[in-house]
Amino acid sequence: MKPFFSALFRSKAGLFGWIILIVFVAVAIAAPWLGLPNPIRGSLTARLAPPTWTGLFSPGPHPFGTDQLGRDILSRIVFGSRTTLLIACGAVVLGGIVGVTLGIIAGYFRGFVDSLLMRLVDIQLALPLMLLALLVVAAVGPSTTNLVIVLALTSWIRYARIVRGQVLAVREREFVLSAKAIGASTARIMFSHILPNILTPALVVATLELARVIIMDAALSFIGLGVQPPAPSWGRMLADGRTYISGAWWIVTFPGLAIVLTVLSVNLVGDWLRDYFDPRQRSVR
Amino acid sequence: MIRYLLTKILEALIAVWGVLTIVFFVTRIIGDPAALLLPLGASAEQIDALNAQLGLDRPLIEQYITYIGQVFQGDFGQSFQFGRPAMQVVLERMPATLELSTAAIILGTLIGAVAGSIAALKKGTMAELIVMIFALLGQATPVFWLGIMLILFFAVDLGWVPTGGYGTISHLILPAVTLAVFVCSSIARLLRSNLLDVLKEDYVRTARAKGLMPRTIFIWHVGRNALIPVVTMIGIITGELLGGSVVTETVFAWPGVGRLIIQAIEAKDFPVIQAGVALIAFIFVLINLAIDLLYGLLDPRIRERR
Amino acid sequence: MSAPLLEVRNLSVVFDTPAGTVHAVNDVSYTLHDGETLGIVGESGSGKSVHALSMVGLVPCPPGRIVSGEVLFEGRDLLKMPERDLCQLRGGRIGFVFQDPMTSLNPVLTVERQLMEPLLRHRNLSRSQAKSRAVELLELVGIPHAKERIRQYPHQFSGGMRQRVMIAIGIACDPKLLIADEATTALDVTVQAQVLDLVRDLKKRFGTTVIWITHDMGVVAGLADTVQVMYGGRIMERGPVGPIFKTPRSAYTWGLLRSLPHGEARTQRRLYQIPGQPPNLLDSQQGDPFAPRNEFATPRCFHEVPPLVQVPDSTSGHLVAAWYDLPMALRARQEKPA
Repeated sequence: MKPFFSALFRSKAGLFGWIILIVFVAVAIAAPWLGLPNPIRGSLTARLAPPTWTGLFSPGPHPFGTDQLGRDILSRIVFGSRTTLLIACGAVVLGGIVGVTLGIIAGYFRGFVDSLLMRLVDIQLALPLMLLALLVVAAVGPSTTNLVIVLALTSWIRYARIVRGQVLAVREREFVLSAKAIGASTARIMFSHILPNILTPALVVATLELARVIIMDAALSFIGLGVQPPAPSWGRMLADGRTYISGAWWIVTFPGLAIVLTVLSVNLVGDWLRDYFDPRQRSVR
Repeated sequence: MIRYLLTKILEALIAVWGVLTIVFFVTRIIGDPAALLLPLGASAEQIDALNAQLGLDRPLIEQYITYIGQVFQGDFGQSFQFGRPAMQVVLERMPATLELSTAAIILGTLIGAVAGSIAALKKGTMAELIVMIFALLGQATPVFWLGIMLILFFAVDLGWVPTGGYGTISHLILPAVTLAVFVCSSIARLLRSNLLDVLKEDYVRTARAKGLMPRTIFIWHVGRNALIPVVTMIGIITGELLGGSVVTETVFAWPGVGRLIIQAIEAKDFPVIQAGVALIAFIFVLINLAIDLLYGLLDPRIRERR
Repeated sequence: MSAPLLEVRNLSVVFDTPAGTVHAVNDVSYTLHDGETLGIVGESGSGKSVHALSMVGLVPCPPGRIVSGEVLFEGRDLLKMPERDLCQLRGGRIGFVFQDPMTSLNPVLTVERQLMEPLLRHRNLSRSQAKSRAVELLELVGIPHAKERIRQYPHQFSGGMRQRVMIAIGIACDPKLLIADEATTALDVTVQAQVLDLVRDLKKRFGTTVIWITHDMGVVAGLADTVQVMYGGRIMERGPVGPIFKTPRSAYTWGLLRSLPHGEARTQRRLYQIPGQPPNLLDSQQGDPFAPRNEFATPRCFHEVPPLVQVPDSTSGHLVAAWYDLPMALRARQEKPA
C-alpha cells in the first residue's frame, strides 16, 4: 500500500475533497464558538436582507443574507450542518454495523440464512429507497433518532451485499482454509481472518453511502419529514426559501451550495479511498 | 433462456408481495386516521364507529389477509380524502409521472452515453476533464435544489418557461432537464470507466488484428460490452427517479403520483399511500424484470449460469 | 533465393511509463522467406510479442512508441503505411492467433459473427457465402458439428476448441503470413499437440508463412524451420533448427535447451534453471543484456553490445550475438575436473 500522504498529494481531486470535508467538519464542531448570530431567533427588522459585502474580504453582518424571519442564513447553514452530519454519520455507522454483520453471517454460513437474507435484500430493493424512508418516517415521526434509524434502514443493503461477496471470496482463500485445518473456531476465523479483509471495502461503501444519505436527509426535510423547525436543516431552508424565490434568491442558493459541496467532497474522498485501497481499479477514475 | 425467464418472473412476484407486505405493516403504524377524519373533539364512540367502518378495529393479521386478498383484485380501498377507489385516484396521476420519468431517462441516457464515450475516447484531453467535472457536480447536486435553481433562472428571471404545472411541452422541459442532469452524470461516469476497461481487453486487440474498421470495433466490440453494466445502471436510476418523484414533483408542482403520495401522507390517507407506493414498486419491478431479460439477451453468459 | 516476404530492419520499440522509458525491442533485424516457419523463443519480457505486434500497429500508442526501423512486407514499409492500408492487411494478408482464447474472443458475440467479420471485411463475399465459408473454416480446424456449434458463444467451447476457433479466425482470409503469439501456452499438453498438428497440416496445405512466438523450445523444435532466440528485446541467436539445437552458440539458448525435460535429464537430473531475473529494461542497456545471468560472460560482455554475426565455420544463416565462444567454454569446463 502506498504511503497515505504522498498518495493524497498526487491526486488533486482527492486532496480537494479531503480539505473541504475537514473544513466542514471542523466548522460544524466549532459552530457554537464561532460568534455566529443565533440561528433560531432572528430580528424581524432584518427580514429578507440580501447578502452584504462591502469588499471581497469584508462581509457585512449577514454575508449570505437573512430569511423571511430575519435569521442569518450563514449561521443556519453552519448549525444545520451539525444536524446533517450527525444524522448522516449516525445512519452510515448504524447501517454499516448491521449490514456488515448480516453480510458476514450470510457469506460465512451460506445456505438457508444466506438465501433468506438475499431475498430480503431483493424485496427491499424493489421499493425505491426514498419511498421506504418516506413511509417509515411518516409512520414513526421525524425525530433525529428516527431519521438515523430510517436512513440506516436504506443503507445496510449495500454493505451486506459487498461484504457477503467479499466473505464468499475470502473464505475459500488458503489462509482461511488453513486456519480451519488447524482447528480454529468459527468465531475466531471470522474476526481474525475475515473481518480485516472486508473492512476496506466496507469503508469505501461507507463514504459513498454518506453522500447518498446526506442527499436523502435533505430531501426528507425538504418535504417536511426531516428535523422539525425551528431547528435549522438544509432541506427545510430550501423548502421555506421557495416561497420567496422571486425576491430573495439567496435563501435557496446558499444551503443548496452547502449540500453540493459536502456531497461532492465526500464523493471525492470516497473515490480516492477506493483507488488508494485498490489500485487495480485505477481506471475507474 | 426459458428457465432464466421463469426464475426472474418468480423473483419479481416475490418482490411485489414483499413490498405490499412492508407497505401494509408500515402504514398501519401511522397515527389514527379516524381521529384525523372526524372533527376535533369527536367522541370515542364516533371514532370506534369509523374504525369499524374502515375495518381498522380488527386484528392486524386479519386486516393483512383481507388486504392481500383485495390487493390482488386491484382493490386498495376507498380514498379517505376523495371518497373514490384509491387505485383509481393513483392511476389518474400515473401518466404524468411516467411521462416525466421517461423523458428524463431518454434525454439523460443519450447525453450521458455521448459524454461518457467522448470522455473515454479523448482520454487525457480537456474534453474528458470537462465531462468528468460536470458529471461529478451532477452527482453531488440534489435534484430538487437543481430544480429550484433552474426555476430561479429560467422561469423567474428569464421567464422562458413556466415555474411549474403540467400540460404543455414547455411545462415538461424544466423538470425533464433537471432529472436528466442527474441521469446523465451517473451514466457518463459509468460508461467512461467501462469503456476504458473494455478498450484494454484482449478481444478488442483481436478485433483490430482482424483489420476491422474503427467504427465497427467501437460499436460491436467495445460499446456492446461496455453497455451491459450501463443497462443495470438504468434500472437503478429508474428506481431513484420513481422514488425521487415525491420530491421533484413537489418542486415543479407536477401532478404525478409522487405529489399525490405526499398529499396523502399529510392527510393520512392510507389507501392512497398504499396504492401509490405499491404501484410505483410494481412498475419498478416490471422495469427491472425487463432489464434482467435485456441483460440476458446482451450477455449470453448470464443466460447459462442460472 | 527469392525476395523475402518480410524484412525487419533495426526495429526499436519503447514504452513510456511513469517509472521511465522501457526499452522493449532493441534494434531487431531479420528476414523471413515465403513458406518459412520462424519460431521466436524467449521469456516473457524478451520483446518477442511486442515486436510482432508493433509491426502491424497493434501496440497501443501511447504508451508504446516505435523509435526506429523499417518493416518491409512484400516490399512495402508497414511502419510508414497509413492506418487505412494497414487495416486492409491485418486479418487479410496477415493473420493473427493470440494467446488465451478465453479473453481474446469476444464473450458476447457468437463464434459465427466473429469468424464472419474478417471474411466480410476483406473478401467480397455475400453474407450467406461468408456464413458457409465460416462453417468450412471450423470444419477445417477440426471442430465437430461445426454447423451447430458455430451459433454458440466462446464460453460454450472448451479451451482447445476455443484455440481452434482463434486459429480459424487467423487463417480465415488465407493470409500470406500467420503470426501466432503464445498460441498453445494456455493449453494442456495433449491439446497442445493436437493444435500443433493442425498448424503443421495447414502449413503443408496452404504454404502459409508462419511466425510462431513461444517461450517453449520444445514447441519450436517440432514446428519451425528457423529459430530465433530473443532476450532483453534483442536477438541473441538465430539459425536453422538443427544447428541451434545441436550446437547452440548463445549461453541463453543453451540455458533454454537445458531447462527442457528430455533424454537423461528427464530421469537423472533436476531440471536446469537459468539463474537470476529477467532484465530490467528500464535502464538504457549497456552491453549484452544476458551478461548478468551468464556464467560464461567475459568482461567485454558487460559494456559492449555484441553484434549479431555469422557463426564461423557453420551452416549458413546461423547467427549469434556473443563475445564469448560457447562450445570452447563448455569444452574447457568439461576438461577441468569439478
